[in-house]
Amino acid sequence: MQVAGKLQKLFIWKKRSKLRSLSPMEKFSAIVLVLLSIFMLLPLVYIFNHAFKPYQELFIYPPNIFVRDPSFQNFVELLSITKGTATPITRYIFNSVIVAILCVIIVTVVSAMCAYPISKHKFPGHKLVFGSILLTLLFAPETVAIPRYLVVSNLGIMNTYLGHVLPMVAVPTGVFLMKQFIDQLPNELIDSAKMDGAREHTIFLRIVVPVIMPAVATIGIIAFHAAWGNTETSTLFMQDEEMKTFPFYIHTLTSGMANNVARQGAAAAAALLMFLPNLIIFLLFQSKVIATMAHSGIK
Amino acid sequence: MLKSEPLVLQKPHSSANRLRNKAAAALQTIWSFRASYIFIAPFMVCFIIFIMVPVIAAFALSFMYYNSLEPPRFVGWANFRYMLSQDLILIKYALPNTFKFAVIVGPGGYIASFLLAWLISILPGVYRKWFTLAMYTPSLAGGVTMGIIWIPLLSGDRIGYLNSFLLKAGLINEPVLWVTSKEYLMTSMIVVTLWSSMGIGFLAMLAGILNVNPELYEAAKLDGIRSRLEEIWYITIPSTKPQMLFGAVMAIVGAFKAGGIGQQLSGMNPTPQYAGHVIVTHIDDYGFIRFELGYATALSVFLLVLIYMANKLCWRLFGTKEDE
Repeated sequence: MQVAGKLQKLFIWKKRSKLRSLSPMEKFSAIVLVLLSIFMLLPLVYIFNHAFKPYQELFIYPPNIFVRDPSFQNFVELLSITKGTATPITRYIFNSVIVAILCVIIVTVVSAMCAYPISKHKFPGHKLVFGSILLTLLFAPETVAIPRYLVVSNLGIMNTYLGHVLPMVAVPTGVFLMKQFIDQLPNELIDSAKMDGAREHTIFLRIVVPVIMPAVATIGIIAFHAAWGNTETSTLFMQDEEMKTFPFYIHTLTSGMANNVARQGAAAAAALLMFLPNLIIFLLFQSKVIATMAHSGIK
Repeated sequence: MLKSEPLVLQKPHSSANRLRNKAAAALQTIWSFRASYIFIAPFMVCFIIFIMVPVIAAFALSFMYYNSLEPPRFVGWANFRYMLSQDLILIKYALPNTFKFAVIVGPGGYIASFLLAWLISILPGVYRKWFTLAMYTPSLAGGVTMGIIWIPLLSGDRIGYLNSFLLKAGLINEPVLWVTSKEYLMTSMIVVTLWSSMGIGFLAMLAGILNVNPELYEAAKLDGIRSRLEEIWYITIPSTKPQMLFGAVMAIVGAFKAGGIGQQLSGMNPTPQYAGHVIVTHIDDYGFIRFELGYATALSVFLLVLIYMANKLCWRLFGTKEDE
């Protein structure tokens, strides 16, 4: 019976993969999306190839997209650029990794904790809190960079990891998204848990968190992405070179290279290093998001 | 609510007594919700320190002259007067560029992400994942990477990929300076930003559309909705309204702050002949190159107000749709 079931599954998969089984509308959408995907992914295909191109291939005419003779020359160059300086490149990468991990953990925990009472407890002032979060959703934090700089310098967290992480925690997007998700959780579930004598933290950990896992995954991606690509905190809040992050380093490597030959290989390698973790994490989390949604049927 | 309730009971009491009772009742409610306050505390502390205080400080600082060396000096409206009457670069380049950029990238990216999310949603589940990934990948590339990807692609000599392709196709006779000439920088900025604009808003809308109750569509079919367009208009959009609004807000904020891409592409600030000069780069210019922090903050307050107004406009647009 098991074998029959497996065959059945295989058969369904086979049937689905045939474009013929799609309706005309689905076919149209598939064609449009395939064409657009090519446009969207072309620069990325290129970045993968560019990173492995030796110099003689980087600047040939006419340029070819695909690499012919892949080599790790660019990565070697990237690693050796910092040889003469006090701070090795690994330090920048280490900083970035630490900051990104801290950010993901703190942002998801803190915004889930904040979103739960806003959504489910009608505590005095919850409208004010949510209103101000909604209002700051409209602001790009970058626009108040100068006063932020003053605040951070007065707090004395410059040149510390806190200076990297704390400003990233104060992003209202996470709380907003979480709140939207928790709103969909039925009140009866929480009420019945309360009836059974559950304390707030038990309700939060046992009932709310499992249900909002898709939101947690999504906000994890966003937080990682924001922290990993962030140059602002390094530029403004860090004076010590060894506290700055990898994207900042790349930024210094590439600024002013619009029509420039030097270090383009290293830059391409660095771009690949910057991009890969983002892609991998999104891939991991995305399948989780879709799976969780399919199972829990959150509405 | 509090007023009407104790009216009968407290008739013999004096008004001061009543006030005290009210305050005690309010404190009691607050105390009974202490768990909620503890839950929101970590975020709210960060939020107040890094968003509320800077925004308030920005308003205060915008009325001062401050160069980060001397203590700030109150100058009244001078910063704003200078902004509106004497800052030629702002009026001639930064403002029109910002508007042009935001008007194309904001609504353009927004409509595109809704359409794409919808197109993805009508495909069977197996394919959705991959197309979502394909559309979202450019946003994953992030600011720094984006510059690196596009600079060689748009490079001004014939080695640049786009130039080489167009030369080979015979569409142009000589290489075009995509990112360093004033004619094309803006176009390049817009294309690059649109390319990477399928961000959070897009994901939110996709999730919203996927979560629309399928029974609604069936019910609508019975009620006589025939075409897909009607379906979008009467069911998909109303039932994904929260996500749509969120997407719109994200699109607007993104459009106003993404202007820094011009600086990355051309590799200089100010951009060549101010072609890609937007308010964000103008703030950078005054704040972190000339160190006129007071004036730069005044500019950022102006930008905040601008973003706020754009959002109000979008909320109103959605409001009218609700009335219909």
